[in-house]
Amino acid sequence: MAVLLLAEVTDGALSMDATAKAVAAASKLGDVTVLAAGASAAAAGEEAAKIAGVSKVLVAEDASLGHRLAEPTAALIAGLASDYEHIVAPATTDAKNVLPRVAALLDVMVISDVSGVVDGDTFERPIYAGNAIQTVKSKDAKKVVSFRTASFDAAGEGGSASVETISAAENPGLSEWIEDKVAASDRPELTSAGIVVSGGRGVGSEENFKLIENLADKLGAAVGASRAAVDSGYAPNDWQVGQTGKVVAPDLYVAVGISGAIQHLAGMKDSKVIVAINKDEEAPIFQVADFGLVADLFDAVPALTEKLG
Amino acid sequence: MKVLVPVKRVIDYNVKVRVKADGSGVDLANVKMSMNPFDEIAVEEAIRLKEAGKADEVVAVSIGVKQAQETLRTALAMGADRAILVVAADDVHTDIEPLAVAKILAKVVEEEQPGIVLCGKQAIDNDMNATGQMLSALLGWSQGTFASELDIEGETAKVTREVDGGLQTISVKMPAIITVDLRLNEPRYASLPNIMKAKKKPLDEKTAADYGVDVTPRLEIVDTKEPPARAAGIIVGSVDELVEKLKEAGAV
Repeated sequence: MAVLLLAEVTDGALSMDATAKAVAAASKLGDVTVLAAGASAAAAGEEAAKIAGVSKVLVAEDASLGHRLAEPTAALIAGLASDYEHIVAPATTDAKNVLPRVAALLDVMVISDVSGVVDGDTFERPIYAGNAIQTVKSKDAKKVVSFRTASFDAAGEGGSASVETISAAENPGLSEWIEDKVAASDRPELTSAGIVVSGGRGVGSEENFKLIENLADKLGAAVGASRAAVDSGYAPNDWQVGQTGKVVAPDLYVAVGISGAIQHLAGMKDSKVIVAINKDEEAPIFQVADFGLVADLFDAVPALTEKLG
Repeated sequence: MKVLVPVKRVIDYNVKVRVKADGSGVDLANVKMSMNPFDEIAVEEAIRLKEAGKADEVVAVSIGVKQAQETLRTALAMGADRAILVVAADDVHTDIEPLAVAKILAKVVEEEQPGIVLCGKQAIDNDMNATGQMLSALLGWSQGTFASELDIEGETAKVTREVDGGLQTISVKMPAIITVDLRLNEPRYASLPNIMKAKKKPLDEKTAADYGVDVTPRLEIVDTKEPPARAAGIIVGSVDELVEKLKEAGAV
């Protein structure tokens, strides 16, 4: 049984964390072939070949594959599909853009955001913002699956898979890339960070978010935000943690001024240790917190920043 | 240009969900149901396109149980011109899978010939995030997913997308499927006069069989359970105590 895994490649670089976690999940299904696609993808392919459990790497380089546009990437994967029983990827926004398109081209259902592999046909996934976990068994001949990276430990390195170059599919020419707006940051990436410090509506303004950032920097942490904070313009959208934002499961999650709406909890409640700082003792966030501090964040956060490290 | 907006009837986002004892799913009997919040944003965007003179008709479509006509009335009250209900299930607990929904929508598109389809990016019940992309594949149309800005410029549309690294802007060829994200707009509330008017707007009723689409699920539900509960935590009295506890737990 063979598995084709779409590697997470951005501007020619492999996202090792997301890809290695998906490889760990996919290894339970069969022999893993990784597909590295991009305008340049050879270097990413070489990196992916080192992940333990990868038996082969396919590199597809073409200008049409350069900006993770759904149509050419899906056409490429659908063209390769006959050799594989499973087509999988880490559940990133790129993969969620591409995989359902692939599944429809193959006339099969997609199984998104899988958090557990039972067997080759049977998968666990959160539904209703993580308020229920459903086990589903696919009746399709091919399974198209995205893996929730927070639910799997990354496969190690030490592999030495062979690398083969393949050609891209014909570009359907339906869409064109214009620009990416990516915030440059020295902080760790949100979905793979060991510690995340997040701010909510209680932080009150974009300027006040500095308090959150200072604490994060002291801890070497990534910065997150609730949907309320993002919607209010206090924080950029790529910081959003929750049902429709990013799902994180760090060793330590510090929620500051976050009430704990269901859709936020969906994105962080699998964290190992959760700290909540909120002045409202009734806030639902305290129900999932290991350590709760009922306090004004404007006093508590600077004090915590000073006393840590 | 005609705009087609698929809307889904889902459990209201404020309702605490309860897993059914037999593991078949979530209890939806006698529970408040609403329009999927992402679909409300899609309806709002469609109405704004009409108000801006870029669209001349907004057609809402829902696929599911008969009760979804309430969801369609909401879309009509917001400002959609007419609605199509495709009855594909009898039991409120039956969720029609995105692949079957996309196949029915593809037939509706064939009939209606819209210039654009605006969908919510995901439904908050099954969280599958798939219908728009699947419809786009079946039609061979372009797709602009997770849109936080949409600007239609004749033969193309400029779409700003919310992606993991930040924002991506692409240009898609029309006709296109756009799936909308939270920050695209803030949906309006329907006014009472508009709710009354909506009752008189046309609502066609069809069935999945009318379109010749087999809605048999591809995924069999084996079990549904509550997520594991977290062990109860403690409330600490001060920042000092918090630091101490975190050090004890080896978290910092």
